Amino acid sequence: MHAKDKNQSRRAFLKTSVVGTGGLMLSFNWLSAQTDTWEGKEVRALENVRLSGHIIINADNSVVIYSQNPEIGQNVKTSMPMIIAEELDVDWNQVSVEQADLDTEKFKRQVAGGSQSIRKSWPVLRKAGATVRALLISAAAEQWGVSAIELRTETGYVIGKSGEKLSYGSLAEAAAKQKIPKKVSLKKAKDFSLIGKSVMNVASREIVTGTAKFGIDTQREGMVYARLLHAPGFGQKLVSFDAKQALQIKGVTEVFEIDNKVAIIADSTWTAIKGGEAIKTIWSKPLTSEDSKVQRKTLLDMVNAKGQNAKVNMGNVEQGFKKADQVLERTYEAPFLPHNCMEPMNFFADVTDEKVELYGPIQTPENQRRAVAKLLKRSEDEISLGISRIGGGFGRRLNGDFVLEAALISNKIRKPVQLIYTREDDMTAGVYRPAVTYKFKAGLTDGKISAYDLSGAGINMRNTVRPGTWPQASVPNFKLESQSLESHVTFGYWRAPTSNFLAFAEQTFVDELAEIAKKDPIQFRLESLKQAIDAPFGKVRYEPLRMIGVLKLVAEKSNWETKKKGLYRGVSAYYSHNTYVAEVVEITIVGGQPKIERVVVATDCGIVVNASGAHNQAMGAVVDGIGHAMYGEMPLENGVPQHRNFDTYKALRNSEAPKVETHFVKSQKAPSGLGEPTLPPAAAAFANAMYAATRKRLYSQPFSEQGVVLQ
Amino acid sequence: MDLQVNGKKYTIDIDPQTPILWVLRDHLKLVGTKYGCGIGQCGACTIHFNGTAVRSCSIPVAAAANVAITTIEGLSEKGDHPVQKAWVDLDVPQCGYCQAGQIMTASALLSQNNKPTEEEIKLGMSGNICRCSTYTKINKAVKQASENL
Ligand code: FES
Ligand code: FES
Repeated sequence: MHAKDKNQSRRAFLKTSVVGTGGLMLSFNWLSAQTDTWEGKEVRALENVRLSGHIIINADNSVVIYSQNPEIGQNVKTSMPMIIAEELDVDWNQVSVEQADLDTEKFKRQVAGGSQSIRKSWPVLRKAGATVRALLISAAAEQWGVSAIELRTETGYVIGKSGEKLSYGSLAEAAAKQKIPKKVSLKKAKDFSLIGKSVMNVASREIVTGTAKFGIDTQREGMVYARLLHAPGFGQKLVSFDAKQALQIKGVTEVFEIDNKVAIIADSTWTAIKGGEAIKTIWSKPLTSEDSKVQRKTLLDMVNAKGQNAKVNMGNVEQGFKKADQVLERTYEAPFLPHNCMEPMNFFADVTDEKVELYGPIQTPENQRRAVAKLLKRSEDEISLGISRIGGGFGRRLNGDFVLEAALISNKIRKPVQLIYTREDDMTAGVYRPAVTYKFKAGLTDGKISAYDLSGAGINMRNTVRPGTWPQASVPNFKLESQSLESHVTFGYWRAPTSNFLAFAEQTFVDELAEIAKKDPIQFRLESLKQAIDAPFGKVRYEPLRMIGVLKLVAEKSNWETKKKGLYRGVSAYYSHNTYVAEVVEITIVGGQPKIERVVVATDCGIVVNASGAHNQAMGAVVDGIGHAMYGEMPLENGVPQHRNFDTYKALRNSEAPKVETHFVKSQKAPSGLGEPTLPPAAAAFANAMYAATRKRLYSQPFSEQGVVLQ
Repeated sequence: MDLQVNGKKYTIDIDPQTPILWVLRDHLKLVGTKYGCGIGQCGACTIHFNGTAVRSCSIPVAAAANVAITTIEGLSEKGDHPVQKAWVDLDVPQCGYCQAGQIMTASALLSQNNKPTEEEIKLGMSGNICRCSTYTKINKAVKQASENL
């Protein structure tokens, strides 16, 4: 966002322009609204505003809605426009959706990350739709010479008292000349006709016919392909390279060093790949310290020694342990994880004297434009950034390393460049979910947690713990500590950062505590949550009631109370991304190994915007969580990643994917995150079911390393 | 050399060792077929070779002479192959990147076995990785398509 925007923020804006044949583009700037005043009330119209969305209403009554955030498979290209369409009151069949480019004048927070797209844009998108609707009504009122209060709208039409109607398309031009109302009415949740329905992915047709264009599909006039060879191990420096052979390959045009990597420029992807293989490189000595076995031991020493770095320290945990009836201490370990987005990293850049054009799959376009401006010493105004369809994000594409690389290469050779990572380049390039180790210690008094001490240590992790989440506020003596081990291995946010493993550790630990307390694991959690409501220790920064809600829902839907012979269940509940999730995994044992019969998921994410999209997210994240807990790991030997491709890196396959049943708490609360929060609890629910079946606990991932084979 | 893709003839001058995947994508501009691993492990690049599903990343273009190649762009004229219809109907895709390969595998599977059991579907589809984990939806869609063949 530019500073100058602030000065304009006192005014309300409506920029209009006639597009095409009589179409009208309405472009708004506004401030995000307060979330608590939306429900069925009048909210202030779009004034004091700073960001904007695009609605085009064409003369034929079709509507184009620009989707502002990157689409990485989380379905925002469908669900965000649905919110606008709901308040605009148009038939979804009238609507087509376009991906917006990065535009900080019109939009705010064009980011795919933290499961925040819907949560953050909910009030803004609703206002956008409602304001345009109000303008259309006002235009009709003017035309009919009646008061706007007498008019209503219905799926793309303004309707008068005696049933006369005008299409939005016919009113669009006049609407643009109306004064923006000070206040607009938002619908009551009970009146929603689109929100909450199952709406298919707006890109489905393009995807199934192969016409959807991902970043990697970018092809431009005069474009060359680039591949980069990076160091085999973290921390190694390029000493020299020999490109003689590579340059003999027809189509390989240039080879040069750039930022401790070797760039190969070629006329096609394949020649760039071949060129890379033909280059001989010499790198500095590998670093023995960057070794998974060494690091694992160091992390263990760190959590055992404890740091001074307490994030939370309430009561007195040591006293608490002394007084407790029982004390349990457990350690949990997680390895590095690559993201392995199905579409390998790639980006297009065209740097000329006049401008810089960037295009491709990125979750954080605004940050990258800023970074490229700094890197190339160009003004941001000269840089455009288009967002392509994205073949998976999972956090990997929050990091724009490949955007900068593409820009650097194009800047050097002054040609349009498509940078492409091979799968091997992608998998070994780092930006991994950091390896992390947790040590939990808890004391039980009268069957309740009376002291709780968690110490985490992660590689390049600024914080390994999550203050403010359960069981904080339900335990009198409570401490969280976090330490970081410095390393050359690059850090990356990975779907549900921190939570993705912390939830596993915490929720399997709690399962053990419940067992020691001789309580049903759901009951044990419910009692603790009740404590946080009735007599909390300190401030409660989550909503225990909503957590209770999902636990009860999952118990009901999984028939938790009814035992079935040969069927083993495990439960887990976790709060992340402002969303509450409880899951039950049911397994049977086949030939001594687990077969997942069903996963039942209960989620409270407030209002569900798109039922089908929500199911897909919840289901996908659960399977993702179980798949990575089972197989995911990237071991390093002397800094060198030990997997390079899917031949040795095991990904969960179709035949192993469990059935996932999703249930959502009926809610009128504003929507919260959904792309991530069902992932964290999944592995623990599975491990707890494994314990129910085998009496063996799992303390580290991947489970396959401990002999677990999915049936 | 001559190639026949989606019923069209193409003549190209290219290193015969180039994998068909890159010929399709970079030279014929048929980018619906995707690159995922390049070593036959993920299925993103699946196309039909005389109706049989193959991994285009692992077959040199030299092997494609006199073969009728079908890619996702040519699976049906109007995008209305029962598999494509089921995919849209059941809202299968998430990021969508793997789905061309999934659909090409599924359609070849159904042309060989038009009433596959649940187990046969799972097994038949297990060579295709979906990083977004759309697997159970995929299986439902294959089943639905088999009923509408
Ligand atoms: S790209 Fe061919 S199987 Fe993965
Ligand atoms: S839909 Fe994203 S990889 Fe399959």
